[in-house]
Amino acid sequence: MAENYRWQTVNQNMTEVVYDLEDGEQLTVNLREPHWAALLAWLWPGAGHFYQRRFAKGFLYMICVLSLFFLGIFWGSSRVVYASFKKEDFRWQYLCQVGVGVPAFPAIVQAAVTSNGGTPLWVIAERYPDVDPRDFGQPGIPNAIPFQKIPRGEALPANKVSIKDGFMAPPAGRIDLNNNDVLGAWHVELGHFFEIGTIYTLVAGLLNMLAIYDAYVGPAIMSKEQCEKMRKKKPEDV
Amino acid sequence: MIPPNSFGLLAQLTDVARIWYAVPLLIAISLVYGATRHEQTKEVLIHSGRFLYWTLIFFAIILGLVWFGGYWN
Repeated sequence: MAENYRWQTVNQNMTEVVYDLEDGEQLTVNLREPHWAALLAWLWPGAGHFYQRRFAKGFLYMICVLSLFFLGIFWGSSRVVYASFKKEDFRWQYLCQVGVGVPAFPAIVQAAVTSNGGTPLWVIAERYPDVDPRDFGQPGIPNAIPFQKIPRGEALPANKVSIKDGFMAPPAGRIDLNNNDVLGAWHVELGHFFEIGTIYTLVAGLLNMLAIYDAYVGPAIMSKEQCEKMRKKKPEDV
Repeated sequence: MIPPNSFGLLAQLTDVARIWYAVPLLIAISLVYGATRHEQTKEVLIHSGRFLYWTLIFFAIILGLVWFGGYWN
């Protein structure tokens, strides 16, 4: 099938893609520097298109992707985006979520800060288990350890060590399928919002990958042959 | 007195209400997909509308199958 587009390098810093449209007209899309545009499109949804001066599409991508991402963060109380690649908690969803770029970067910072048991930045809640979290998941610790959430402004009870939930931080303590853990507590507290928030943020990341592709090579406009083939499937349109 | 089956119906309706969370997702997916296939705003919106329409039909068929499948239990 004949391609309906061709690339032309205007100069060292500018690439154009020219489409032969179905009605015989030509459409030229200026991609400027495609590599730079793709990087910008990943870092901030829509930024690559703004750089290419494709403002309408830039706004469309930015509004669609960021509204999904932040709605997901809101419904998931910011616990649905975190970077953890431990054997017992491999958060593969983050590989899709990071497609949104900078808005998902705090998760990487939090993963680095808490990797050796450190306190996360931007603490949003504190809770304490009925055992010392350092012993959490050890043999001999009974099942079904309840977590107590500490209301804002109240002090931690004496002899208790708290576990802190940070904004986009991985669940603190050990992840243990045979004991209650912080990840389990999040699921109990958020219910189906944990899944909904995860799906929204995940889809936002995947959609931005489409936007990155669009910034890099231009839109996948159908060729004349493809349009005709589509019409044959729908005879009423002919 | 409320018949016992009403609670089952209530639970089903509550579950159906969660379908509304799919609406923003579908709209965003349609718009972004349409934007990757066209450059002009008008064409993007037409393609998005058509994509949304067919996706809703697809979802309705799946919903119908699952709904009727529930009666076989």
